[in-house]
Amino acid sequence: MPYIPHTPEEVREMLDVVGVASIDELFAEIPDELRPSGLDLPAGMTEMAVRSAMEGLASKNRTDMSSFLGGGFYDHYVPSASDMLISRGEFATAYTPYQPEASQGTLQAIFEYQTAVTRLFDMDCSNAGVYDGGTALYEAVMMAVRHTRRKTVVVSEAVNPIYRIVLSTYTKNLRLTLVTVPHAMGADDMAALARAVNAETAAVVVQNPNFFGVIQDFTALFTAARDQDAVSIISCYPVLQTVLKTPGAMGADIATAEGQSLGLPLSFGGPFLGIMTCRKDLVRQMPGRIAGRTRDAAGRTGYVLTLQAREQHIRRQKATSNICSNQALCALRALVNLCLAGEEGLIRQAALSIENAHYAAMRLSSIPGVRLLTPDAPYGNEFSVLFPINGKKVARALMDQGIVPGFPLGRYYPGLENALLVCCTEKHGREEVDRLARRVEKAL
Amino acid sequence: MKTVFDTSVPGREGVWPEKPRTEPVDFLPEGLLRSGRPNLPSLSELDVVRHFTRLSSKNYGVDSNFYPLGSCTMKYNPKFTEEVAALPGFSRLHPLLPQLPGGGDMASGALEVIHETERLLCEITGMAAFTLHPMAGAHGELTGALMMAAYHADKGHVKTKIICPDSAHGTNPASAAIAGFDVVSIASKDGIIDPEALAAVLDDQVAGVMMTVPNTLGLFERHLPRIVELCRKVDALLYYDGANLNAILGKLRVGDAGFDVVHLNLHKTFATPHGGGGPGSGPVGVSERLIPFLPVSRVFKDEAGRFSLRYDYPKSIGYVAPFYGNFGVVLKAYAYILRLGREGLPRVSEYAVLAANYLRKRLDDVLDVPYNRTCMHEFVASAERQAKRGVRALDIAKALLDKGYHAPTVYFPLIVKEALMIEPTETESKDTLDGFVADLRDILALAETDPAAVTAAPVTLPVGRLDETHAARAMEITDDLG
Repeated sequence: MPYIPHTPEEVREMLDVVGVASIDELFAEIPDELRPSGLDLPAGMTEMAVRSAMEGLASKNRTDMSSFLGGGFYDHYVPSASDMLISRGEFATAYTPYQPEASQGTLQAIFEYQTAVTRLFDMDCSNAGVYDGGTALYEAVMMAVRHTRRKTVVVSEAVNPIYRIVLSTYTKNLRLTLVTVPHAMGADDMAALARAVNAETAAVVVQNPNFFGVIQDFTALFTAARDQDAVSIISCYPVLQTVLKTPGAMGADIATAEGQSLGLPLSFGGPFLGIMTCRKDLVRQMPGRIAGRTRDAAGRTGYVLTLQAREQHIRRQKATSNICSNQALCALRALVNLCLAGEEGLIRQAALSIENAHYAAMRLSSIPGVRLLTPDAPYGNEFSVLFPINGKKVARALMDQGIVPGFPLGRYYPGLENALLVCCTEKHGREEVDRLARRVEKAL
Repeated sequence: MKTVFDTSVPGREGVWPEKPRTEPVDFLPEGLLRSGRPNLPSLSELDVVRHFTRLSSKNYGVDSNFYPLGSCTMKYNPKFTEEVAALPGFSRLHPLLPQLPGGGDMASGALEVIHETERLLCEITGMAAFTLHPMAGAHGELTGALMMAAYHADKGHVKTKIICPDSAHGTNPASAAIAGFDVVSIASKDGIIDPEALAAVLDDQVAGVMMTVPNTLGLFERHLPRIVELCRKVDALLYYDGANLNAILGKLRVGDAGFDVVHLNLHKTFATPHGGGGPGSGPVGVSERLIPFLPVSRVFKDEAGRFSLRYDYPKSIGYVAPFYGNFGVVLKAYAYILRLGREGLPRVSEYAVLAANYLRKRLDDVLDVPYNRTCMHEFVASAERQAKRGVRALDIAKALLDKGYHAPTVYFPLIVKEALMIEPTETESKDTLDGFVADLRDILALAETDPAAVTAAPVTLPVGRLDETHAARAMEITDDLG
């Protein structure tokens, strides 16, 4: 019996102690008419057979292509030591650290993670993480709604469109109004955003770099929001944040991010990590776990989950959120990766990604008929490029040759059917970019 | 132990990529750049490996310790599933790929895993369809509550309330509230839902009733058929919190029993590791009448056996997650289901229930067991007797830590005083269970003779009981605050 250790003799002894003749007697309370005769499932398989079946399925996925696909989810290099450390059973097979004395490993790691991301974003406080960047953004909006007691949220159209759809799913039932401010050829329309923020606004939500890859300074917008007592929320990209002006320096009240780029595999969309940081005065509105440093009676330093009065197991329906997990192992992976690369390693990762993307943009935009969507705008490791033909056609032609050239923007932005969003990381060397450019030129 | 920041030595080389030819300032105006460095650690690879290896030694996990944490199903997590999830064909797959022209075919192995996992979960639970998008149990509850709201809105009902029994998990009322409902709590009778108490509050304003079977006391809800009948009368939907599914695999299919919405916890029943608090996975299953409201995307299999993603479901509640859920976790659960198959899954519940009853019988003379009858996969004891001598449930929990066991869940469910909720799971040997009984009995004997020795626990761990009040007041939640 896989994973069940009992011998027939032991089962007999246990049944005797319980005082029943068979295991089936233990299920006597379930009415007969509700008892299925069996499960119509395949028969059990050996470990070897399951692995072989799963290898077969994995081989049907094309992950061997040269890919410039990003859109907020990036293929950065992950140091080997990272996998080894986070697969330690003491971390991986523990539960949420409700018994702090037996969970100091997880708790100190969360504390260190909180410290690392607040430093990265230049913010005061962080929680232990939520599900992903999309739910982090939704939870940030809900913090603002509770804090301001207002029900209108201004969102830039240049925020990841998938996150905006997630946001609308959750806010629909709560009768919140989402005001979406159109982008201006890939850039955030700062004047229109500022005009949309008024005394009814709970929050203004932007992203840096935005979905089109454009990097901006939101300081003036955040100042305008503060004048209306609205909360400024920015979704950012952690790896680039080592070199870009920080959310804190721009005056953001809440900064969120998808933490996948900090060493998590793409894994077809999850598990990822939602990073949430905020200013100190908003911390009691923050959902999720938070670790804090304290001491025991002997004066020894230790860590506990703190500010738990916000949470559902204490507050039930009055809690700040229903979230009760924090993707802990993903947060640990982000922390481990950040430590392995170190400050210099991360800065190099960012600089190399930016360098490679600028080389790719130069190569692509020098093809006749091809130009950047937002020609004068600064960008980081990702940029939007306009072709004389439909971006989907370009993608299709190159994918047949083993290259994923980027994401066709027309899927979420009507009018941008000819545009592709192209990303680079430190993994994209010049040869790979040259090959992309040659194939694009041929495809046009 | 020092933090990783305390051990940092500026300039020490880590796992660095090559030196770039350029600097960001060559491309970006200075005003868009960070003014200083982020003050992150600089460490050698060995520094990092040693730091985190040492941290790990300060944790209890299933791999190192018996973990009878009630309601959490801390069973053994088979290791081969980790390798399955790490196969490059899965781990390197970009989630946007199937949104590209022809990309669905390039991710067909992953789409097949999703489709097949949904199908197997339907068979296991008796539901008509599943979504794997919710990323944890509580996320599944919220998804379920949103679908219940959409169902009633579609029928033109105005329903504002959701009923939860007083024994419910805290996430149930929290999720219902976040979906926009008012929460009504009903009192249990004899440890289970009292149909009369339910009938008294079940008016046409009620959108649904959220239950757990077996409930958080580890008891089967004997009035289930009557509850289903009452709900049908007012078109209230019945929601199943799958936290306790480990008790009923192959013994009860909740879809057959009349439930309309079900969330499962793959990290409990289907043996994926809890990770110290995630990542989990909380798939949601629905009955036929709720299918139109499932979140998008959905995986579609055509007659030729080709898989694709579909978004054209006008009544769908929308996106509850950016992509397809915690796919890496789903892979592990899928591999586990294939491994156990039709004989193995019912066996899980059989031996989980046997182990719980065995522990209950071996302990019910030294601990009070308020509802002392055949339990399912867990039971709830009470330390009320010991509390009178000054040894509370929490003290017993801490004393168990000293003996190398993770503690049971304490003070939950709320309806039992000094609750100790014990769930041994099917994967623990009789030797382990007997060792636990002997050590727990020793602790309870010590509580009689020397209560102070128990209340002083833990004494063998890196720290003793920590000052939580100080933590909340000092608010030292990063190295830079407090």
